[in-house]
Amino acid sequence: MTKRKMYFRMITTSLMRRRSRMLVALLAIAVGATILSGLVTIYYDVPRQMGAQFRNYGANMILLPASSDTPLNEDTLDRALTHISESKLVGVAPYRYENVTINELPVRVAATDMEGAKKTSPYWQVSGEWPSKPGEVMVGKNKASGMAFRVGDTLEIVYTPETESDDPQVIADSRIRKTFTVSGILDTGGSEEDYFFIPLEDIEELTGVKGVYDVAELSISATQTELTSMSDAIRTNVPEVSARAVKRVAQSETTVLTKLQALVFLVTVVVLLLTMICVATTMMAVATERRKEIALRKALGASNRNIIREFMGEGLLLGGIGGIIGSGLGFAFAQIVSMKVFNSSIEFQPLILPATIIISVIVTGLACLLPVRSATEVEPAIVLKGE
Amino acid sequence: MSLLELKHVSKIYGDLHALDDVSMKVDTGEWVAIMGPSGSGKSTMMNIIGCMDKPSLGEVLLDGVDISKESSKNLTDIRRDKIGLIFQQFHLINYLTALENVMVAQYYHSMPDEKEAMEALARVGLADRAKHLPSQLSGGEQQRVCIARALINYPEIILADEPTGNLDEANENIVLDVFRQLHRDGSTLIVVTHDPEVAEVAGRTVVLRNGRLTEEIINENFEQQMAEFAKGAK
Repeated sequence: MTKRKMYFRMITTSLMRRRSRMLVALLAIAVGATILSGLVTIYYDVPRQMGAQFRNYGANMILLPASSDTPLNEDTLDRALTHISESKLVGVAPYRYENVTINELPVRVAATDMEGAKKTSPYWQVSGEWPSKPGEVMVGKNKASGMAFRVGDTLEIVYTPETESDDPQVIADSRIRKTFTVSGILDTGGSEEDYFFIPLEDIEELTGVKGVYDVAELSISATQTELTSMSDAIRTNVPEVSARAVKRVAQSETTVLTKLQALVFLVTVVVLLLTMICVATTMMAVATERRKEIALRKALGASNRNIIREFMGEGLLLGGIGGIIGSGLGFAFAQIVSMKVFNSSIEFQPLILPATIIISVIVTGLACLLPVRSATEVEPAIVLKGE
Repeated sequence: MSLLELKHVSKIYGDLHALDDVSMKVDTGEWVAIMGPSGSGKSTMMNIIGCMDKPSLGEVLLDGVDISKESSKNLTDIRRDKIGLIFQQFHLINYLTALENVMVAQYYHSMPDEKEAMEALARVGLADRAKHLPSQLSGGEQQRVCIARALINYPEIILADEPTGNLDEANENIVLDVFRQLHRDGSTLIVVTHDPEVAEVAGRTVVLRNGRLTEEIINENFEQQMAEFAKGAK
């Protein structure tokens, strides 16, 4: 048998046959590693999770025509979107606003891509349904109550094109009319409640102008810095478009993320310290319990280096096992937290697994330093005599 | 030249002279008992001979080398290479089997050898108990494992501290027979005891009182006792 084999036999049998004491140390390490791994997983996944949460608060980038001479159209919008990573783009809602009349009253309609609007404005509360096909309208709550519209009612939108003639008859003859069914009433608590929302196809049919927008709202899962760099890229490469990050949303997101990450970091450090104290206490108790064994080993010719190697070997093996258990449990812990808090599953971070094991081993090693030092100070002549 | 020689050795703790100007010699292959009442300095003497302590005054020559001035690290090396220790309380590692306990001494000395460790256990009549933990062995068996561990590295001196102090009469006789066999095989034995029955089977007994060597008794019947043992062993 080689010395190395005997060394491993000694440290493994020491752990295996002295289970109760070692289980306490292993539990401390595994719990520490679990929280460490879980928190670090959350730490890295928080930006993604929080980004998704923040997307519920509306668009965080707006595209506008750079000048009134070059309107925002399908082509410029598509070119601008090429500067935004597809994986980060949550939704795009181009808007076109027109003045129309309903029941002889002047109102403003907002035409948009309803599917895009659902993604950029997920906080909108709709009684009834979003318009799903041409001929359906969603009425802002203020307008609905003021004009007594309810879901299922029909209304006629009248569009009056610009004409050079002042003749009322000519103007009356140029009017274009379309009947809509109210599919839903929109409640946002904001200015949107004063609008009528119709699909883009309908406004194009009413006005005869296609593929032109006043503004496009974008929801992007990105930090404030990323948003700034994206909007810079759009401004540089698509000069017809003015891209603006919605600072209020982006800044709030960055502030909350920074604070949350700082909190997670702080908790992780505290957990590591507590783990170290717990392991150090347990190992100190182990060293005290094993004073006779250490004295015997020294009497048999073990050098201080031998004693350090054996104690550290046991500690590091415990750290490794605790780290392996903790990294697995930590992912489960992070998954539960993510499901409870963010209502979505967490992404597995492969690097966290070896990192947790290495940190557990290092923390256990540091925690063993003091007990190991105390072990090397054992005087065999005194301890073996029982004095 | 003697294997071990103490020259005017004293161990002083403040005003207390645990050992006071002790001189003695032990030759290779000798069986010497160190006897005395509690507090007579037996343990201090054992610790000094066993390289676990250093004298305050005097010289301790082991194999012609003065070990009294050696560093702790060197004393550890000398103890590992030249001394085999047997303890009253056996001091086996409780989570290792009898075989592994013997191999631990090999591990610190040179290279663990399972076959050789088994032979050492067989020598003390414990081959069939090799895989047992200390808790599964009787006191006598534990002491024999301790003896096997002391023998395994072929030490120049086997130093036993009250080896039968925790044993009943039957086990005491078994252990003394093992010592007789070791003596026959040429081992040098130094047995520290307060028990006259254990001391009188040795070839020579030195008596300590109040840290001083007061008496030296030669066992006139030693050769005859050994011859009878040899006859019985056959």
